[in-house]
Amino acid sequence: MQHRKEGTELSQYASKRLGLALVTLVLLSLIIFYAGQVLPGNPGRAILGNLASQQAVAALNHKLGVDRPLLTQYWSWVSGIVRGNLGTSYQYQAPVSSFLFPALGRSLKLAAVAFVIVVPLSILGGVIAALNRGRVVDRLISTTSLSLSTVPEFVSGIVLIVVFAIVLKWLPVTASAPDGSPLFTQLRYLILPAIPLVLILFGYIARMARTGTIEALDSDYVRTATLKGLPRRVVIRRHVLRNSLLPTITVIATQTGYLIGGLFVVENLFVYPGIGRLILTAANDKDFPMLEAGVLVIGVVYLAATLVADLLYTVLNPRIRLGKAE
Amino acid sequence: MNAGEESLGSVSGASGISPEGPDAPGLAPGLGTLATAGGAGGALDVSVGRIRREQLRLLLHSKAFIVGALIVLWWVVCAVFGPLLAPYGATSPNILSGNLAPSSAHWFGTNAIGEDVLSRVIVGARDILEIAPLATLLGTALGTTIGLAQGYLRGAVDMVVGRIVDAALALPTVIVAFLFVVAVGAKTITLVVVIGFVFSLIIARTVRTAVLQERELDYLAAARLRNESVLHVMFVEILPNVLGPILVEFTVRLGYAIFTIATLSFLGFGVQLPTPDWGADIANNSGLLAAGYWWETLFPALAIASLIIAINLIGDSIEAVLIQ
Repeated sequence: MQHRKEGTELSQYASKRLGLALVTLVLLSLIIFYAGQVLPGNPGRAILGNLASQQAVAALNHKLGVDRPLLTQYWSWVSGIVRGNLGTSYQYQAPVSSFLFPALGRSLKLAAVAFVIVVPLSILGGVIAALNRGRVVDRLISTTSLSLSTVPEFVSGIVLIVVFAIVLKWLPVTASAPDGSPLFTQLRYLILPAIPLVLILFGYIARMARTGTIEALDSDYVRTATLKGLPRRVVIRRHVLRNSLLPTITVIATQTGYLIGGLFVVENLFVYPGIGRLILTAANDKDFPMLEAGVLVIGVVYLAATLVADLLYTVLNPRIRLGKAE
Repeated sequence: MNAGEESLGSVSGASGISPEGPDAPGLAPGLGTLATAGGAGGALDVSVGRIRREQLRLLLHSKAFIVGALIVLWWVVCAVFGPLLAPYGATSPNILSGNLAPSSAHWFGTNAIGEDVLSRVIVGARDILEIAPLATLLGTALGTTIGLAQGYLRGAVDMVVGRIVDAALALPTVIVAFLFVVAVGAKTITLVVVIGFVFSLIIARTVRTAVLQERELDYLAAARLRNESVLHVMFVEILPNVLGPILVEFTVRLGYAIFTIATLSFLGFGVQLPTPDWGADIANNSGLLAAGYWWETLFPALAIASLIIAINLIGDSIEAVLIQ
């Protein structure tokens, strides 16, 4: 009955969802501005230290523009960002973007390595668990993966370094290959830092794949396919997997956002010059423009990933789409 | 129908679906194992007391619960009696015996300035076991209140709070906490408030969903007919019926509080030196890993892992019992 309007419904949902994301983005910028520019109080004092004279602090504050009214500061920050100007680093006296984007690029490279490892592995794990539902294999996969996904990345990272880099000496301790290394060497350096991220993501994606597969296994169309005499292998490949992976795709998209957060810790453990390392350095230097821009970029990546995940899910799953229509 | 399934997603932001209404589809149906069972259903012919006793009996028969409880108990003992249990002073450096490998004298070895790693691991339990439960309690109390108000009052309150929750959860918890701790300085009270506040938003989501399920039940209609005050309905009528999911959420959050605090310490914005702290000890000694001094980081790392996994074992067992 609702077929005639499907296209418009979808675009309506998409624009509504996009609008909500924008509202969220504005609120997010307010939170970051508050934490980065209002809470620290006196950036001049923070940068110059307790011994600096009052005049020097006031002069620096004036130069940084932090003695203006808060609303003016927020507005100039936000309007700058909209025009592509992320601000000027206190520490380096240079545009934040010239540090931020190269670092983001390196982070995405690390994230990509983690993704390439985790996606096939966790889907396989989830499907195997589902096909052996309730048996030892299932319990083993579910319990181990869930336990691992709750351990902080730097904890599993330490264990991995000890085992693979120190005891077995298979992989290097740091994440950055020497300059000018061929791509393969660079990737080899990224494997160990990627694994803590893999361990965390594995639990979520595998659980999703498991639930999806079990739902598909219990469905009428799979029973029909089995009853009409198709071999189990064909039923699983053609009927079960195709449907079970649908929700999994969206979880994977959403986890992109998480991944950026996980990088924050991993990069600092492995001393990898990505965006996480940049933010921590900025925090230690009290370089608030750099800190704010870095956190905002992570927030934007996170929001964009969630948005894509939601839209993808709606496009792929007509039931949700129709259920959503009011 | 699908309510209650956003709960797990919030852990790492897996659910970006905004709270549009009771039927808002969870992004990932089936993702939530924290199903909000254990409400009023089934309480008709059996007395509540008997159910509670039966649940306790099941819990005590669960191996996962016993193992988890024993590990947590061990760390609690360390946190309380740490300095008495530790073989050496946790903050007494001895330059002459730095970087000693594990031996019968120093089971976990010594660090660069000659402090006994075992003693630091034992005493280091205190801070994290103080801050994490406090932060989680604050988050649960605040989150329950927000969630009750959102779920019961609906309307504008729900909309506005929902948007703020979404915005705050658009960043990983660790990063939000980090941002605020950097801004106001790392003190125990800051850590408790910041983590408690971020968690309250996540807990509010779960509670709201649970309340929406209760909203249309007869006992609430009856309470409304009796003209009970809003606060009475929220805290006396609804709250006892959504305690199950809140308890589960509390244990899950406790695990993540430890995760977050340890991570902040590791980043240098948690408990300050020379107080022994697992995360900080890892950060300070990880530079020596390449030189082969692995014991200085590995043992605090295992301590964090064991505590978090133990709390999750407890949480999973409680959840399993409540669903039955």
